[in-house]
Amino acid sequence: MPHWAMVIDLDKCVGCQSCSAACQAENNVLFVGPEQAELGRAIFWNEVFCHIEGEYPHVKATIVPRPCFHCENPPCVKVCPVGATYKREEDGLVLQRYERCIGCRYCAVACPYGARYFTWHAPEWPEGMDRYQNPDVLLRPVGIVEKCTFCIHRLEKGLPIPACNQACPADARYFGDLDDPNSEVSQLARSPRALRLLEDLGTEPRVFYLKEGA
Amino acid sequence: MEREHEALLRPLEQTGRGFYLLIAILLAVIGWGIFAYFQQIRLGLGVTGLSRPIFWGVYITNFVFFIGLSHAGTLVSAILRIVGAEWRRPFTRLAEAVTVFSLPFGAGSILLDMGRIDRIWRVLLHGRFQSPILWDVTAVSTYLISSVVFFYIAMIPDIATLRDLYPHAPAWRRQLYRVLALGWQGTEAQYHRLERIMGWFAVFLTLLVVTVHTVVSWIFGLTIVPGWHSAIIGPYFLVGAIFSGVAAVSVVAALLRWVLGLQRYITPRHFNYLGQFLVALAITWFYFTFAEVLTTIYGAEPSHMAVFWAKFREEFSWAFFAMFFFCFLLPLPILVWKRTRTIFGVVVAGLSINLGMWLERYTVIVPSLARPRLPYEWGVYTPTWIEWSVTAACFAGLILLYALFAKLFPVVAIWELKEETPTPSHAEQPKPAEA
Repeated sequence: MPHWAMVIDLDKCVGCQSCSAACQAENNVLFVGPEQAELGRAIFWNEVFCHIEGEYPHVKATIVPRPCFHCENPPCVKVCPVGATYKREEDGLVLQRYERCIGCRYCAVACPYGARYFTWHAPEWPEGMDRYQNPDVLLRPVGIVEKCTFCIHRLEKGLPIPACNQACPADARYFGDLDDPNSEVSQLARSPRALRLLEDLGTEPRVFYLKEGA
Repeated sequence: MEREHEALLRPLEQTGRGFYLLIAILLAVIGWGIFAYFQQIRLGLGVTGLSRPIFWGVYITNFVFFIGLSHAGTLVSAILRIVGAEWRRPFTRLAEAVTVFSLPFGAGSILLDMGRIDRIWRVLLHGRFQSPILWDVTAVSTYLISSVVFFYIAMIPDIATLRDLYPHAPAWRRQLYRVLALGWQGTEAQYHRLERIMGWFAVFLTLLVVTVHTVVSWIFGLTIVPGWHSAIIGPYFLVGAIFSGVAAVSVVAALLRWVLGLQRYITPRHFNYLGQFLVALAITWFYFTFAEVLTTIYGAEPSHMAVFWAKFREEFSWAFFAMFFFCFLLPLPILVWKRTRTIFGVVVAGLSINLGMWLERYTVIVPSLARPRLPYEWGVYTPTWIEWSVTAACFAGLILLYALFAKLFPVVAIWELKEETPTPSHAEQPKPAEA
């Protein structure tokens, strides 16, 4: 089985958030509304952050899209009391069994990347929106943790490109097999520009960033 | 013969209007809490103030707090038993009752925090021992069962006394005493066996005190969350647990002494001892707090410093400094000076320490979550009325169980008092001799 990985080129990323929008639509991610979002209850399997360093006038802003990193050593899997969060042996994807999750949120606390989201409310779809749900992706009930799956439903259909990558207008995202030395992803992951977030924690994310301006 | 301990039996025989009023108030608070909890079940955890990244709040704080509270009972009844401290005798039962009645609310707080309480059985079905939560389930349930058994077997001689004393009590009560007395006859062989079992149980429970609260701390300490991920968290939690527990026992003892008129059994001497013990614990607590803060700020790793500043001068500074005031600055002078180490002084210090220790749990848990390693998610946590109502119901439940217990059983172990003799070697006198 391939070892799926993603590369995001920060030089190319324009911060348009198409990846987030595509992900919401593809994965039936719930809209929580502006009030709940204000309270920190918004769900973004792929969230675009703005990292700002320095103070005016010497400011540097970096845009960082963040899916789940599908770590080689995932801190979330270790702490799950019921095995609802698990790492799939064959391709190393970190996945969530929604029907087993007890909603203790220990995985969300343990993930250093904030990639896990809790369903604070029962799902309610805006009028008409429910017609646009993706039948390939399970709807999640209230009280459980969910996160990016690298669009596993697409991978299983032999479509090795997650919705976020497909939607990226700047062609900033790459997806492929890390085990294949000739794949674009594995070559970019070995480039001198490649970096992973909080690498010193030893989680070994399988999402690589290509540094800006290098 | 039992009339000698009139004061201990009076609450079992007479019930004033105050008792019913107390029960009514407690039931009202519990009812309101249950209503709030049903709102939470119906609408999801969104009704709390929790959010991302502050996934845990008041419920988890309560969990650690109640488990901590429970350590006092075991400490007073088991550890002081092992070291042969005779002054513990009037205290053992009322302290162990704090353990037995606060533990369900500790364990229960975890359940209240769960997003899917309807799936609790999956923990039994799919439990993974890789997760510290499973260690906790194991440790806390072992502790709960052991404490209940220890508490109960130490009551058997007194229950037998009650059985013989109240042949005309209502049928349910006669039945209760008869069944719980397990046919106790008070023979020498029975006393001997009971003492032996309790001796072993005391050793076992002492070990459990250490493991249980260390395991509670490891839920936090074993993750790589800044502010939690340290080796000190185990002993720090343990000391905090004993600190708040002993403080709680002091308050409970003073309350029972006052309400039930136990002046003969619980004397200023006891509060003097408890006060001195609390001084030692306060200083130990300060030592751990200081060591933790110094290690953080000297190393000055940015992710750890973010948590430190959140506690020290940002939105959690009120809790941090209130904790320090209530755990250390207020109680220490009261307890150090002999003139203020009175019953009233110890009660004030005890209440202060418990408030401070609740805040300590809060400042350990919430600020670390509010400052994740990646600085992109920020959350503000303000607990809602749902969380406060459920918390109030937990405290009311603890008091209710205690009040009902005090109505049905003597809060001081009568048979253990009889064993206390002026001679120091009580071990050589296994039999009930008149005190």
